[in-house]
Parts: sequence; C-alpha cells; structure tokens
Amino acid sequence: MHEHDVLVIGGGGAGLRAAIAAHEEGADVAIVTKLHPVRSHTGAAEGGINAALRDADSWEDHAYDTMKGSDFLGDAPAIETFAKNAPEEVINLEHWGMPFSREDDGRVSQRPFGGLSFPRTTYAGAETGHHMLHTMYEQVVKRGIEVYDEWYVTRLAVTDHDDPEDRVCHGCVAYDIKTGELAGFQASGGVILATGGLGQAFDHTTNAVANTGDGPAMAYRAGVPVEDMEMIQFHPTTLPSTGVLISEGVRGEGGILYNDEGERLMFEYGYANNEGELASRDVVARAELTEVNEGRGIDDEYVHLDMRHLGEERILDRLENILHLAEDFEGVDGLEEPMPVKPGQHYAMGGIEVDENGETCIDGLYAAGECACVSMHGANRLGGNALPELLVFGGRAGAHAGGRDLGEAQIPTGQSAKSEDEDVDTPVAPGAIDTGDEDVAADGALVDPDEVVDHHVDVEEQRVESLLEKDDGVNHAEVRADVQETMTQNVNVFREESNLKEALEDLRVARERYQDVYVRDPSRTFNTDLIHTIETRNIIDVAEAITLGALAREEFRGAHWRAEHQERKDEDWIKHTMLAWNDGNPDLYYKPVILEGEDKTYEPKERSY
Amino acid sequence: MSTEVQEQETETEAETEPAESPHQSRRMEQKRQRAAQRDLEEEARTEIDDAEETVEIKVFRFDPEVAGKEEPRFDTFHVPFFKGMTVLDALIYARDHYDSSLTFRHSCRQAICGSDALFVNGTQRLGCKTQIADLEDHLSSTIRIEPLPHQEVVKDLVVDMEHFYDQMEAVEPFFDADELPDGELEEQRQDRENREKIKMSTRCIWCGACMSSCNIAAGDNEYLGPAAINKAYRFAMDEREGESRKQERLNIIEQEHGVWRCQTQFSCTEVCPKDIPLTEHIQELKREAVKNNLKFW
Ligand SMILES: Cc1cc2nc3c(=O)[nH]c(=O)nc-3n(C[C@H](O)[C@H](O)[C@H](O)COP(=O)(O)OP(=O)(O)OC[C@H]3O[C@@H](n4cnc5c(N)ncnc54)[C@H](O)[C@@H]3O)c2cc1C
Ligand code: SF4
Ligand code: FES
Repeated sequence: MHEHDVLVIGGGGAGLRAAIAAHEEGADVAIVTKLHPVRSHTGAAEGGINAALRDADSWEDHAYDTMKGSDFLGDAPAIETFAKNAPEEVINLEHWGMPFSREDDGRVSQRPFGGLSFPRTTYAGAETGHHMLHTMYEQVVKRGIEVYDEWYVTRLAVTDHDDPEDRVCHGCVAYDIKTGELAGFQASGGVILATGGLGQAFDHTTNAVANTGDGPAMAYRAGVPVEDMEMIQFHPTTLPSTGVLISEGVRGEGGILYNDEGERLMFEYGYANNEGELASRDVVARAELTEVNEGRGIDDEYVHLDMRHLGEERILDRLENILHLAEDFEGVDGLEEPMPVKPGQHYAMGGIEVDENGETCIDGLYAAGECACVSMHGANRLGGNALPELLVFGGRAGAHAGGRDLGEAQIPTGQSAKSEDEDVDTPVAPGAIDTGDEDVAADGALVDPDEVVDHHVDVEEQRVESLLEKDDGVNHAEVRADVQETMTQNVNVFREESNLKEALEDLRVARERYQDVYVRDPSRTFNTDLIHTIETRNIIDVAEAITLGALAREEFRGAHWRAEHQERKDEDWIKHTMLAWNDGNPDLYYKPVILEGEDKTYEPKERSY
Repeated sequence: MSTEVQEQETETEAETEPAESPHQSRRMEQKRQRAAQRDLEEEARTEIDDAEETVEIKVFRFDPEVAGKEEPRFDTFHVPFFKGMTVLDALIYARDHYDSSLTFRHSCRQAICGSDALFVNGTQRLGCKTQIADLEDHLSSTIRIEPLPHQEVVKDLVVDMEHFYDQMEAVEPFFDADELPDGELEEQRQDRENREKIKMSTRCIWCGACMSSCNIAAGDNEYLGPAAINKAYRFAMDEREGESRKQERLNIIEQEHGVWRCQTQFSCTEVCPKDIPLTEHIQELKREAVKNNLKFW
C-alpha cells in the first residue's frame, strides 16, 4: 500500500495546481494519473485565462459577467471567490515563468472573449493551455512532488456508512498500466479528484480520448451527488471532420461567421445584434445549427469562419496555432480560405458537487477542475473561465486538504442541502441494472483506513480478473460507440422530449450489453483494452446522468434548449439538478441556487447579446 | 530487441454479434435500421469521394507475456480509407474492429499531448498529425507502423519513456528567477522580442521523436539529447531568470554529455512535429558556452 498525506487523482491543470498548493502547506502529496501529466487535456486549451488584472477592470465586473453568462444558475459564493482570486492565480503563473503573450510595455496581453464586458482574457498565443500545463508541471518537478504516471484509478476507498454524508474517503485503488498490478493508496489528509472532462460520452467532441468522466462516475457511485449534469457546452467552432477546436480567440480577434450565401449570419438573421460573433457560446452554436437546418449551411453541415481580413501579421502573432490546426486536420489554409466549423461537445458545466473549499459531502474527498461543479458556470460557461477556475479551486482544494483553514464554506453539499421535500419522479430508473461491482455493504462496519483500502483493492481485483478471464462476449468499443452515437443524435444542442427518452432507452440497452463485456487481451502488460473497458462503464453512468437531468429540466436555460419549453422559467427552475446514486437506487432532487453574494444579490435578467 | 520479425496475416473480419434478449433485439433492430439508413446516406456521400478504397497497414506486435506474441512480428490490417484519415485513425479502426489487444498510446488526437510518436514508413511522426494521403503510394503499398526506434518496447507500439523523462529532468526544467518583483500582483516584464526568441522552444510536447531520431543519443545513453537541450535553451534565453541562473544552466549543458556531443546532423529538427529549430538552438548554446568560457580565460 502507498501512503501519503494528500492524493491528487489526475495530473492536468487542476491536479497540478492542487498538488502544488498542498505541498506548500507542507503536506506529503502524490499525483496519481492515467496519463503522464504533460499529456493531459489542459494542454489543448487555446484561447486564454480570464482575470481582472487592470485598473479599468474589476473582480466585481468579472463576477457579474460570469453570473449573467451562467444564465443565473451559478452560485454567488463560488463566482465571487473565483473572480477575486483569479488575478493572483494568473500572476502566480506569470511568476512561475509562463510565456504569456506580451504588450509593448512588457505586461501580459489581454484580449476580448465572448460574454465579457472587458477584454480580460490573458493568453499565450493560441496555445495557452499547453504553456499553462507545462509551466505547472515544471513547478511540480521543482518541488519534487511524487508522480505515479500511467496509473489508472478505478475506485475510491470510502467507508461503508449508510448515509454518504457519514462516509469517509481514505484513499483509492489504482492499476499500474505498465505492469497490471493493482495497489491501494491511502491518504490521511484527503483525496482530490481532478480527472477532467467527459467528452467521450459524445462522438463529436473537442475532448481527448482520455476524457471519459472517470471522476464523476467514481464519486457518484461512492455516494457523492452529481450536479447540473445536463449542462453541456457545445462549442460553436470545431472542425467538422475531427472535432478539433478552433479557439474563440479567432472571433475575439475579429473573425467572422458566414453562411452558404455569404451572409454574416449573426447579424443577418438577428441571432445577436449587439455582440455578433462574440455572443456567448450557446447563442452562436444554436445560430449555426439553425442556419444548417434552414438550408443555409455549407454541405448541409457547417458554416465558415473567416479570419483572412485580420492580416497575416496579426494571425501569426496571436493565432498561429490555428493555422496549423486548420491545415493539419482539415487541409485548409486559414490565410487563404475561410475555415469550416460546426458545433461540438466541449465542456461539462456540471459535475461532482463540491463547495468553495473543494470538499464533497464525503469527508476527505475533494474534487476540482472540469470534473467538479462548484458551481460557477451554471447553464453556460464563458470562454476563458475554465482555466482560472481550475487554478482558483484546484488551489483551494489542495490547500484545504493540506491543512489550511479556509473558513466555513457557504455552499451546502449532500442530500441535506435539498430544497424541496417532495420526491421528484425519475423519468426512467437510472442505473437500475446491477453490473456486479457495487457491493458497498452499507452497514458501517468498514471504518479502519487500512481495512477500507484493502477491501476496495480486493473488490477491484475480482472485477479485473473476471474481465480478463472471460473468453468471449461484447467488445467495449461497440458499446461505447452506441452510447456516443445516441448522445450525439439525441442529447445535443437541440433537445426534445422524445429524443431524450430514446437516448435513455439506448443507454439502458448499452448497460445490458455491458454486462457481457469482455477483455480480449489477456496480458497484464499495458492492457489498454482493459482500461477502455472500465472507462466505458463510466461513460455509460455519466451519459445517463446527463440525459436524465436534461429530461427533468423542463425549461430553456443557457446551453439547455428544450423544444417543448422555449422559455427560461425562473419561478420554478433557479435550482440545481442533483442526482445521487444511493447504492444503485438513484435519487433525483434539487437544491437552491445562491444568488446572494457578499454585498449584493444578483437579479436574474434576460440574457441578450 | 531483434529486428528480425515474422510476418503474419490477421483475420480482418468484424466480431460476430452476441446473443440478444427479445426486448433488446427489438431495440437493436430499430437501431440497425437507423444505422443502415445513415450508412446509405453516408455511402451516397462517400461514393462521390470514391471511398471503397482501403489502406493496408502493417503493424509491429510484441507482448512479453502472451504466448505467440513474445516473438516480435508484424500484423497486417486492411482499413477502409476516408478523406482526411490519419495514421492514428487507421490504428484506432484496426483496434476497434479487428483486434482490441492492439496497443498504442494516444489521447488528444490534435498534436498537443505528444503521446503518439511512432515510426511510420521509417520516419518518426505523430500518428494523429500524419495524413495517410500524404504518405507516398498510400493506396498501393503497405504503411509500416513501428514503435519509436532506440527505445525499449513495452508492448506493440508502446515504448518506455522513462529515460526520455529523466533526461528532460536533468536540465532542471523549471523557471527559477533570481528575484521576483515587489508586490503580489506585480508582473515580471518581458520584452516582446524576448518572448519571440524563446517562443519556438516553449512548444515542445515531450513526444520523444527527436531523441529517437538522433544517432548520437542512440550511441550514448547519457547524452542529454535534443529535447532536453532545447528545454535548457528555453530557460537560458529567458531574460527574466537573471545572469547567475543562466550561468548555472550553461554549466549543465556544457558538461561532457551535453551540447558538444551534437554533430549537427539535423535529424531531430527534421522530425520535430512542432517545427522547433532544435539544431539551431543547440548551435546557439554552443556559441554561448564558448563565450562563457572565454570570460574566464
Ligand atoms: C480543446 C479545448 C480548448 C479549451 N480552451 C480553453 C480556454 O481557452 N480557456 C479556458 O478557460 N478553458 C478552455 N477549455 C477548458 C479547459 O481547458 C478544461 O476544462 C480544463 O483544462 C480541464 O482541466 P482538468 O485539470 O480538470 O482536466 P485534464 O487536463 O483533462 O486532466 C485530467 C487528468 O486526470 C487524469 N485522469 C482522468 N481519469 C483518471 C483516472 N481514472 N485515474 C487516474 N487519472 C485520471 C488524466 O490523466 C489527466 O491527467 C478548453 C477545453 C478544450 C477541450
Ligand atoms: S523537441 Fe520536438 S520532437 Fe523533440 S520532444 Fe519536443 S516536440 Fe517532440
Ligand atoms: S494523440 Fe496527442 S499528439 Fe497525437
């Protein structure tokens, strides 16, 4: 068994920031990650990091833009904590040597981004995430923080108390990909989940292949509720063939969207008469698909994003990486031609329910980064707000787990935060099919940390062995493809009740098929077949949570568009959708959104751009 | 590892469908119909772009613990070709449709995570960034896909990266300024020119292609290698770090297995998927090192 004070699961932006913060508190911290840290998907972020750095700007404005952007589904304590701390975090990065783009006076450059009232997006060319990830990994190396790379975490080691709020997380079980050895990891201070996005639940996504929602799925099954899972952001500018992202920075610098008729669609059809291309992402994504649906799309599939008029010099200075992406993945020269773009799955606004200190309702279990929901993005995330989020809340989770007193959290978590007493009917019982690995005894007998971790190692050992031993059955890739297909068909930008129900049926079939899944590769050495099979189970669980939440939320808010409900219903729906696994009998319930900030209350307003 | 390998043809037929429950088969039937509908549309579209073509990939296989795979060999797969297909797409297709034990690293599929550097038709390349259509005779001859040379093979196309990481860490790859500006929110100013100077060097994604292509690194296990030296360049040239730190950095790269080993063969520069002028950076550091010594003599 490996023992540390603090365990960070995931070596992307959130995980690295958390590890550095815990280390600064003097904790012995280790990172356990299925990819070497520099391979994490934070490296793919292009556009930038928002922070109110200049005198003409203020954290209050950043907070307001974020609340408005969220369509009033964000919690004020989270948003204010975020906006106040972002500047310090960005300067921190700068002090760690991050190669930001610079102004003539040598200060960090900032540019406009969608939904922002001030050009407050700091950036490093169009490869901001790459530089941020590497800069932080360098600091991890400098501090000598231990990294278990290519170790896949399969399960959290929590006590078996009946009520999740009584449970304690003592560590996790991980699998050494290189050797196939399963081992227990114990942490006395806390376990921080920083496993990133879940884009692989969809088949057209900007996310990496490793973004399989492992964190939310593991936390959910351990008893932590997942929050606002239906809130999926579809980015308006992805390359049609691969889903590779064309940064919002292109529109920030003045890029223009055209339809097949050569019209500047955002203005021509009144989708956003003020902000045009820089309206928030949900607005632009719907505009593009409406064009395609009304026959004004190009090849019935996409629209054009043109940046030629910006001039070669400016493009090379600020958007050079975009030229490479368009060339390598779509065969288009962005200096000579417009680039084809269409919406693609991009970001999960929802995730593991946590408070401002990164804590979940299970003692000792934290989450940060894209896998978590604080919640600050609500129904729509502003571009450039995810990277500072993982700095601020990754840092807080790490510091808290490392022993720093951050004060009482104002965001309540767990089922005791419920807003309504009456039970909400779950439209289809989620996860109702037992897949044989949920054996939490729930009698409160398992409490000793060593025993807890050992017990979970045994359970995983059996699961892995049975998967490896089975000779025949279903290949996980078929199940995964079915899930991705139905999600993209039915739970996309435009959502209808009948489609959502169809998706739930398809997911149920996927769950049934998954029971017959087998791993063809019998080897213990670098068995990616096994890893992908376990990931596929996680994909099914998160896909179901997304779809259920989408079916239950009968209104139109932010990224969540519903055919039958074409208005934002503030009376009934300024509340978070919560789903708790409850040992295989999932509960759907709601919790209030906190609109009161420190000195002001955010009044819901119509969002117009 | 021996380069003598057997060749073997692998069945390339899709898996047979498993048994289904009645409820499931009804759903699946609907599903198949929908899929068929889509396939027809798809076909109609691709027929125009002349699909029906396949590419043949020949993939290196090896697993130390599985009978029949402990002897290295090549497996051949026939993969339907589509416009825009990359080497990584072909590998994924082969794995998901023919043999799920086929093992390779990949994640971002957009040339930023650096995990899928491979040896394709005799050159180090990123699988995700290599368009099949850009490979010579891609439809008439076989595409050979092997693990990076000069690295120990763990399994199939996966090589051990530990040594590469160790070399990267040997150059103290982290920013370490002599002093920071006063005031928490004060920035360290950096000239645009200085950022421009280090820009290319900061783009390294740790893929290891350069190291694998370097003859010197192949013969001298202690040679820091192009990627690590480039990393040293990135910090040595960053004016924010200060002179004393730069001195320490030059001391590291001047050592016996540092810059002086480089024989300017340019192979690293040729294969770098991020177009980093590696050889040029190494040369520049050599010049700095000379200036540095002259100071003392
Ligand atoms: C293409 C793209 C561009 C973006 N651009 C921007 C932008 O410009 N600005 C912005 O603010 N946001 C942007 N975002 C969003 C933002 O980049 C991500 O939300 C953020 O980087 C996620 O960071 P993370 O640390 O949470 O996860 P990741 O960086 O994905 O890291 C997850 C880590 O968890 C590990 N892991 C996962 N599962 C397991 C497991 N089971 N066991 C062990 N380890 C595991 C992985 O190995 C990895 O190290 C972009 C996102 C994408 C996809
Ligand atoms: S320098 Fe280029 S080839 Fe070498 S590791 Fe970095 S990105 Fe890869
Ligand atoms: S898959 Fe990430 S570099 Fe190719």
